[in-house]
Amino acid sequence: MTSVIVDRRAQKGKSTANRQRVLKRLDGALKAEVDKLVARHKLKDTDKAVEVTLERKDVTEPRFALDPVSGETGRIIPGNDQYRVGDKIPHNPAQGRGGGQGAGDGQADEEDSFRFVLSREEYLSLLFDELELPPLVKKDLMQIDESRFRRGGVVRYGNPGSVCVVRTFKASIGRRIAAEAQLEEALAEAEAELALARASAIPARVTAAELALKELREETPEIPFLDPVDLRHRSLIEVQKPCTAAVMFCLMDVSSSMDEKRKDLAKRFFTLLYLFLTRKYKKVDLVFIRHTDQAQEVDEDTFFNGTQAGSTKVLSALAKMNEIIDARFPASHYNIFGAQASDGDSFGGDSTESSAYLYTQLLPFSRYFVYAEVGDRPVHGTTSLWAAYRSIESDHFNMATVSARNEVYPALAKLFQREN
Amino acid sequence: MEGAPVKDPPDGPTTVQGEGVHKLSGSEWTLDDLLAIEQICARHAAHYRLDTFPNQLEVISSEQMLDSYVSSGLPVNYGHWSFGKHYLIESANYRSGANSLAYEIVINTDPCIAFLMEDNSLAMQTLVIPHACFGHNSFSKGNYLFRQWTQPDAILDYMLFARNYIADCEERYGADKVEQTLDALHALRDQGLDKYKRPSRLDTRKERAEQAKRLSLAQETMRQAEYYSLVPQSAKAAKADTVFPANPEENLLYFLEKHAPKLEPWQRELARIVRKIAQYFYPQRQTQVMNEGWATFWHHRLINDMYDAGQIDQGILLECLHSHTNVIRQREYSSLNPYALGFAAWNEIKRVCESPTDEDREYLPDVAGKDWLDTFHDIMQNYRDESFLLQFLTPKLVRDFRLMNIHTREGLDHWTVTDTAGPEGFKAIRSQLSAAYRLESAMPEISVVRYAHDTDRKLVLHHQSYNGKLLAKHEATQTLKHLRQLWGFDVSLESIDQNGRTVASY
Repeated sequence: MTSVIVDRRAQKGKSTANRQRVLKRLDGALKAEVDKLVARHKLKDTDKAVEVTLERKDVTEPRFALDPVSGETGRIIPGNDQYRVGDKIPHNPAQGRGGGQGAGDGQADEEDSFRFVLSREEYLSLLFDELELPPLVKKDLMQIDESRFRRGGVVRYGNPGSVCVVRTFKASIGRRIAAEAQLEEALAEAEAELALARASAIPARVTAAELALKELREETPEIPFLDPVDLRHRSLIEVQKPCTAAVMFCLMDVSSSMDEKRKDLAKRFFTLLYLFLTRKYKKVDLVFIRHTDQAQEVDEDTFFNGTQAGSTKVLSALAKMNEIIDARFPASHYNIFGAQASDGDSFGGDSTESSAYLYTQLLPFSRYFVYAEVGDRPVHGTTSLWAAYRSIESDHFNMATVSARNEVYPALAKLFQREN
Repeated sequence: MEGAPVKDPPDGPTTVQGEGVHKLSGSEWTLDDLLAIEQICARHAAHYRLDTFPNQLEVISSEQMLDSYVSSGLPVNYGHWSFGKHYLIESANYRSGANSLAYEIVINTDPCIAFLMEDNSLAMQTLVIPHACFGHNSFSKGNYLFRQWTQPDAILDYMLFARNYIADCEERYGADKVEQTLDALHALRDQGLDKYKRPSRLDTRKERAEQAKRLSLAQETMRQAEYYSLVPQSAKAAKADTVFPANPEENLLYFLEKHAPKLEPWQRELARIVRKIAQYFYPQRQTQVMNEGWATFWHHRLINDMYDAGQIDQGILLECLHSHTNVIRQREYSSLNPYALGFAAWNEIKRVCESPTDEDREYLPDVAGKDWLDTFHDIMQNYRDESFLLQFLTPKLVRDFRLMNIHTREGLDHWTVTDTAGPEGFKAIRSQLSAAYRLESAMPEISVVRYAHDTDRKLVLHHQSYNGKLLAKHEATQTLKHLRQLWGFDVSLESIDQNGRTVASY
């Protein structure tokens, strides 16, 4: 008898596939649950795993079972320290009445709902399932600025370094077989003619036939083992790739008119947007710009957590964006996306100037620009910025309003709806 | 040491120490320590003639323990969402702290694979190795149910075969269709058991070879049946109105596999796989008290032997005893703990063998005064929970546990105490307890009584009702839906009482 010990700890869990199966089965219910969660969830937690509770009805597994209430039931109970034969014990309403104890005690299965933990990946994939950046590449806008070589089969001409030996020898074998066959055929014909001539006993014909055969034999060319026509070369062809590099500009108003609630909404909007982008597009560059009457490029952490106050000048942020595009993200090399969040308050000519600037300076280079207005105005669309932006007519521009936490996600969903 | 071994073992514990195995202490362990514990236990177990399959200890993480839960300890399983569901529920319970995980899982395979949690302390490993590798292992090698009904050397191959076959079906016929079929088959898993007839041996090679044959034969039979149904039947044939099946068939899945008119051949194979696997766990479900009691008895015994031989220190012994006490804790007025009941029952048998009282001589005359180890092996080999409790429950155990027998029936709002521990109540309590561990008391008895294969192909099922027990209505309706889907035609189900009257239909 030999005993063995195996350390299995390094092996990955085996339930991953089955986990995916049950998530797929729960897809509809899960999506509804995730939509509810995102409304009340702290966004910081989006980084962690998420616990969800679902009704069991989608995943019940019925079996034939005895109804515990029906008929007569007997049980053996341990620890009796007070009852005598004939005593009556009222049913415990909380416990219900279990059937026989022992083998089949399955109270755990009786619950109507079950909880489980979604990993961050699973949560986000459910959350952003329907969302998509607008198609990065449209036919008329295709920019070709990158090319690379790839294998393009076998060709007859090329430099000696690219000779494909196998294919060359294949060609050589074929050529030799064909050439030899032709020669043998001609020889056979000439020999047959000579035989016929001899049989006919016409001296002139015999001489002619002998001469022909001799000529044929003498003139038989050496069939070369390798001929220049056999040469085959590997070919490389140049293919051109459309540009998929993209940059997303996040513009947020942090002026005094943006109170804490609005900032919170704006930050939520950008957090979701940020999660969505980093998830969908691993290679998207992100640029964070916050502005009061002055715009400032900041890092991610400052953008979400920093504080600043001042008056409002939207144009400053748009100009900053333009400046950064010119400096670092030439429109010929990048797909440019913009997202702006603001309470819509701006003063003097700022709104119209901004709108015009956006339309003339930024939209021509941008793939998509979205504007989310945060705030709790009774009527949306009464702010000056909203009114000004509304005049922009472009496929590359879209806007939405957010006035409560639970509207953040729907707004994002509206702006980035997957195109059919 | 009481209960001296019948013969001296070839090499005693002192030799173990002589080989340089250090005395185990502390709570950290290495893989070598685990193997050392296993070997020390093996020497002690030899004293008691515990015959085991070779052990394969596998150290696993908590996540892998959850995986094992889901597939009942089998290291290989086919893919289905229900396993994922159980995994999600178990892991959520575990993370939230509602449930703790088992320290070990062991199933009856040859070699005997015992999963040990990495989180266990050295003392816990010292407890679970004798428990799983010698207790459960020897039980599943010796007990008649396991010997007759399972093939520990073939199950892993069979599971592998099942997994590959089902994966293959998913590729060929679509994952959705396979899932639907498995959903329906799982609903009938409890009705896929041969309870009386011994199942044929699991043999993967044979299974694979015969599968193809079965498939073509099934198709041929179906085609012929279709063909003959077009031929006008002679008056004589039509008159022969025999009932089919001739005897009620308790194994619904078997019946579906062989007779369901509309199943595709691969669906029949799935039915076969589901019932074969369900069948494999049938003996385990019937020997819970005995098996856990046996394993608990032996870990307790072997740990004490190890301490006596100086192989573990006092700290480990105390921690083991602490866990042991938790395991055999019996709460008052709650359901019986199989570990507690089993451990007590085996200890009682030992006591009756060694120092019987007059009462024991009266109730257990065959055991009183016999050699305890011989008796233990005999009982372990030849009984299951139901017969074990009926034969060997002692009046002292009933008194110690202060058992009482209570009854109620539909419509009453109270239980009535019918028997309490004592000379008058003992026999009633014993038979009630034994009956509670009869599988049929928890699993409804449903059988196929009629298949109208010449007319509308309706399938008639009867549930044999005892003591007025009926099926849970909602669940039965849902399960019937699954059955109808597999059968393809109408299915009716009625509860029949002991007098043959129909008491409910679903």
